[in-house]
Amino acid sequence: MGAYLVRRFFLMLLTLFGMSVLIFVLLRVMPGNISDILFESAGLVNPAEKAKIEKELGLDQPLVVQYSTWISGLLRGDLGYAYVSEKPALDEILPRIPITAKLAVLALFFSIVLGVPLGVISAVKQDTPLDYALRVVSLSGLSLPSFWLALLILMGFVHFLGWIPIYTDKPATIWHELALLSIPAAAVGFRASALIMRLTRSSMLEVLRQDYIRTARAKGASAASVNYDHALRNAVLPVITIIGIEAAFLIGGLIVTETVFNIPGVARFLVEAIRWRDYPIVQNLVMFIAVVVVVVNFLVDMAYVVLDPRIKYED
Amino acid sequence: MAVLDHRAELNRAGANATGFFGTARFLMRRYPLGAVGAVIVVLFVLTALFAPWLTAYDPTSTNPRASLARPTADHILGADFMGRDMWSRVAYGARISLAVGVGSTFLGCLIGVAVGLTSGYFGGWYDLLIQRLIDIMQALPLLVMALVMAASLGPSLQNTIIAIAIPLVPNVARVIRSNTLSLREMPYVEAARAVGMSELGIAVRHVLPNTLAPLIVLATAQLGAAILTEAALSFLGLGIPEPHPSWGRMLSESAAEYVRTAPWLVIFPGIAISLAVFGTNLLGDALRDYLDPRQRT
Repeated sequence: MGAYLVRRFFLMLLTLFGMSVLIFVLLRVMPGNISDILFESAGLVNPAEKAKIEKELGLDQPLVVQYSTWISGLLRGDLGYAYVSEKPALDEILPRIPITAKLAVLALFFSIVLGVPLGVISAVKQDTPLDYALRVVSLSGLSLPSFWLALLILMGFVHFLGWIPIYTDKPATIWHELALLSIPAAAVGFRASALIMRLTRSSMLEVLRQDYIRTARAKGASAASVNYDHALRNAVLPVITIIGIEAAFLIGGLIVTETVFNIPGVARFLVEAIRWRDYPIVQNLVMFIAVVVVVVNFLVDMAYVVLDPRIKYED
Repeated sequence: MAVLDHRAELNRAGANATGFFGTARFLMRRYPLGAVGAVIVVLFVLTALFAPWLTAYDPTSTNPRASLARPTADHILGADFMGRDMWSRVAYGARISLAVGVGSTFLGCLIGVAVGLTSGYFGGWYDLLIQRLIDIMQALPLLVMALVMAASLGPSLQNTIIAIAIPLVPNVARVIRSNTLSLREMPYVEAARAVGMSELGIAVRHVLPNTLAPLIVLATAQLGAAILTEAALSFLGLGIPEPHPSWGRMLSESAAEYVRTAPWLVIFPGIAISLAVFGTNLLGDALRDYLDPRQRT
């Protein structure tokens, strides 16, 4: 187990290193850097001035030098300066993280609270009209683009209440903030819940076919006891595995949802930074996302070992 | 060994099906949701193919007098800010959506199969390298990866297809690889080797056809994801450029402010995306049940 942990850990570092190279290369082959965009929008064409900006930003250096500058800074906690705002990139990114983190946690909460029970019901009532209806609902959840769902929710607010929930930087109380965030979180969470529901259903169906379930029924355990005490506890394990996948799913959903609801979070910021070719922001943010996804997956693997005593990783 | 012998499969399932219509009727009864999905997908493809015959207006021609026209007999789905007919744009949008969906799924599967088949079959350091590469690519969510790729390639139809295809590769490669690993140990592979067939020949002739069923299942699932990703990219302004009528782009133009003033600009493109993806998802589920019963959910 110890050796496995160490190996997993080093593989994780290797993955992140590869990611950093990939991101860096992708960003540098992008047509045009910020100086091009600035010059295009301002209509300036003085090559000397352009070269000066590129020199100031270090864009005239060889790629290898640019890359090592970035990575050595990153390891020291220095992310460089954002091109657009000219503030330290860390100061631009950090304050935006809590909002997105709150949204993500809320969305994950919604998706589990909605997904697991509906998945259980769907499995227990397999092939009944209720099961069909729930499966159609979950499939449609996977089919709705989350930004459209967000727009529909906005439309509902306008139509029925006459106002739009606008996220402000300084919500009065934590409850007020939660209320404002729970609307976009529900939009993202509904989509994610579809994934959880489908997995819970198939996992439950698998478990319900096991011998020990028949034994439990034979000894006269009530239906509720069989379904919840015997089956669900075993069926929920694979569901935990996809929390890692879910994290990736949620980030994708948050990018568009934050854009629709105008929430000043880190996900919307990424899109803005990509549009501006703001390399320091984009490469650090994408690295941050990769770290989150990789670490969550690592933790999920570890949690799995703790929760399922049958699993033993060979050293 | 015929992998996709429908007739034998059907007869085993107890279908007394003769002819095309008999088979279709049996499948419809057996997989009602899949049949609904198939109908939606067929409608989607037909709309894309026959868009010029189904619409009265050019999707890109503007008309100031029809600006933000409500849905009427003239413009059945209304018109956008520039007076472009929404029905035309939705119908022609099916072409873009289909092109990007099919194009990127096909490209992604092609690369994924090549990578997965070779790494699973040949193994060794090559396999190790590929697996690490897959790990790296999977460390980013599909949309984030596609966003960075799309931005780095620049906005065009072709680049959007590539930007969505590349992030799909690791998924396909992983499934094909694990499938190949088990197929490699099959007796018929050993037999082929014994009669002196080349390794590449075995991989292409004996292993590849047997990965077809999981591949079809996977490709249908990816198709929905590809269509959604295109919509999201275009919505964020990094996908299909103007003046092409992309569903996602239509929502980004109309978005927040038209929620109040012209809801039809928000509703119809969204319905189009959702229906197309819903159809492919339903069809994909039924195909999985039919072709790959072990994965049944």
